[in-house]
Amino acid sequence: MTRTGFVTANLFRKKTRTILTLLSVVMAFLLFGLLQSLDHAFSAGADFVGATRLMTQARVSYTQALPLSMKPKLESVPGVARVTYSQWFGGVWQTNTQIFTFSVEPSSYHDVYPEWVMPEEQWRAFANIRTAMVAGKLTADKFGWKVGQKIPLSSNIYPQKDGSKAWAFDLVGIYDGKDDAWKKQATQVFINHDYFDEANLFGKGHTNFFILKLAADGNPEAISKTIDTMFENSPDETKTQTEKEFNLEFIKQLGDIGLMVRWILFAVFFTLLLVVGNTMAQSVRERVPELAVLKTLGFSDGSVLGFVLAESVALCLIGGLIGLGLATLLGGMVEQATGGQFMLPVDAFVWTVGIATIIVMSLAVGLLPALRAQRLKIVDALAGR
Amino acid sequence: MLKQISAITAINIKSIPERWASSLVIVVGLAGVVAVFTALLAMGAGFESTLKASGRADEAMVMRGGSDAEVNSGLDRDSDDLIEQAPGIRSGPDGKRLASAEMMVIAELVRKNDIKNGFNITLRGVEPAAFALRPDLKLVEGRNFTPGLRELIVGRGVTRQFQGAEPGKIVRMRGSDWTVVGVFESGDAYESELWADLNVVRTTFARNGSSSVLVALDGAGGFDKLKQSLSADPRLTVDVIRQQDYFSGQTKQFRQTIGVLAGVVTAIMALGAIFAALNSMYAAVATRSKEIATLRAIGFGGLPVLASVMIEALLLALVGGIIGALLAYVLFNNLSVATLGQNFTQVVFGFKITPALVVRGLIISILIGMIGGFLPALRATRLPVVESLRAA
Repeated sequence: MTRTGFVTANLFRKKTRTILTLLSVVMAFLLFGLLQSLDHAFSAGADFVGATRLMTQARVSYTQALPLSMKPKLESVPGVARVTYSQWFGGVWQTNTQIFTFSVEPSSYHDVYPEWVMPEEQWRAFANIRTAMVAGKLTADKFGWKVGQKIPLSSNIYPQKDGSKAWAFDLVGIYDGKDDAWKKQATQVFINHDYFDEANLFGKGHTNFFILKLAADGNPEAISKTIDTMFENSPDETKTQTEKEFNLEFIKQLGDIGLMVRWILFAVFFTLLLVVGNTMAQSVRERVPELAVLKTLGFSDGSVLGFVLAESVALCLIGGLIGLGLATLLGGMVEQATGGQFMLPVDAFVWTVGIATIIVMSLAVGLLPALRAQRLKIVDALAGR
Repeated sequence: MLKQISAITAINIKSIPERWASSLVIVVGLAGVVAVFTALLAMGAGFESTLKASGRADEAMVMRGGSDAEVNSGLDRDSDDLIEQAPGIRSGPDGKRLASAEMMVIAELVRKNDIKNGFNITLRGVEPAAFALRPDLKLVEGRNFTPGLRELIVGRGVTRQFQGAEPGKIVRMRGSDWTVVGVFESGDAYESELWADLNVVRTTFARNGSSSVLVALDGAGGFDKLKQSLSADPRLTVDVIRQQDYFSGQTKQFRQTIGVLAGVVTAIMALGAIFAALNSMYAAVATRSKEIATLRAIGFGGLPVLASVMIEALLLALVGGIIGALLAYVLFNNLSVATLGQNFTQVVFGFKITPALVVRGLIISILIGMIGGFLPALRATRLPVVESLRAA
């Protein structure tokens, strides 16, 4: 019998016990995978934002609009290559579905966001047709929108000149992300700012954000400081930060969900430690005479320790991998069921943390029983003392 | 029969200390499930009760039509005046109409456990009637703002969770300094806000009019009277909603999210706990197989044996459940947290562990104990007497 075979045979000598313990481990890691993914989404924000872009908003809050007259001033700051802007429209589809709709300047937006991919003639149509709108592929697919359709979209903020909040736009293009990470984000809808600015009842020449693309040698920190100093003590004081910082700040607003998730993870692992630890301790206790026989036969103390440790590692590893696998499946199902609205990606990061946890866990629960097995005195053990 | 059950159960329970490790698995497992379940739902309950407390049935809010939330709404000054003069509004003791045009804008503050990320906070510019319209709101520190000055009073929730809003501090907004002069408590969502004089907010934020008008309704028919007259007025496009409905409408989504999270997490944890309980009870039956066989041999029936194992499992589960609920209570009750509300601003609220939640948690622990105890109990009754006696 090989050593592996020996460990496996020992593991399954009490089938019920091993399977039940295994199932507990599976459940724990299923939860671990899902929660870790949730926590990661809350704490890490959008890692995919690779390009260095700065976002300039009103210091008091991005809901306070800034005047478009700031744009040339921002463009003149050394290190700033291109400036675009976007304004929250408060889009609502049909009765109650919020759509992330921004009013933007098409040509500069295209330059600043090369990550959004769409045929050039659609970009041109977006810039040239005043009532144009472009939609992310995910959103267009979800609602069955086709290029060429007139899309009725109301705003929960802006009435038109006639007082009506029911707007309609011509869908001239559907954009997608340049890679997988960006494809998953292709949900926003953009409308032409020229038209919006003219047709809405109030607030001429304003925007919520300026988005700045930096020159290759542009230092984000220095540029942010220059800009914010430039507008200091004016009614339109600014706050400039990188896009990544902005996204992090945005997601942190959701609040203390991350904190709860970490508490739950702690509770789950404390429990699991006890469950598996107890199983391992029990199984060593029952096998004391056998282990003594092994030692009598000439197995070293070290290899006896190895046998017991291998069992706990195997138990945690099998259970843990199945659990993480299930979490990956379930996370994917959630994403599909909610049409990409709610993402629970059990990705490489979660797997890495998961596997590290499995290893720490199996050593933590296996070490005490294994040490006990190693230290057994043959005579005492055989005599049942 | 009862005598037999109590005799065996007593033996079982007395022997728990000898098998403490595996019994502990059940207790700790259930404590974990119940603590997580109770704490999660307590978060939902706390949010709900904070928002519910904010709304009164005898007051109504008027916003621009189709706005859903104050942050999206905007009324011009003429509309404010028209609304405040509409029928159906009660007058205060001073004979003035109880109506407050209020401008809601968003400011940013940094959280206490953070260094630089800004969080959206509601800044509300109010008219004098705002205080009479919120009788629960009490100044607990400092004084009220002086109309015409850039002064703020801040809610207790804000000072609890955010930096730089204590009395005496200066908050910078739109190129000007605002002095915090007082702190108020109201036990509801308004406690998460900064308040200032309406006209000062209007000039500083370069806006006219208001976001909403809050009015006291004149008796039972007041709401209909107000609504009818406002919707009949061609100069206005507004929604009229009872303040209570406005706030309770906001809890739905949060409650659902927390409900789903609690459901999924508890279900998975409960499954894990059931497997652990099965394991422990099987082990308990195995170590006592000789004893059980002896009892059977001297005439004890199968049912008492079954009952005794079940009772042991239930007891351990219940102890675990109680410990879990206590743990949740000690760690989380009244713990102050914040999340985004409907207005896209932070709402500060406390966890609320209610008796109903504790009862639900204990029911879950008992159910798990029953499931985890049943199969092992069944095995105990089916132990072959002769072989068990011979073994070991």
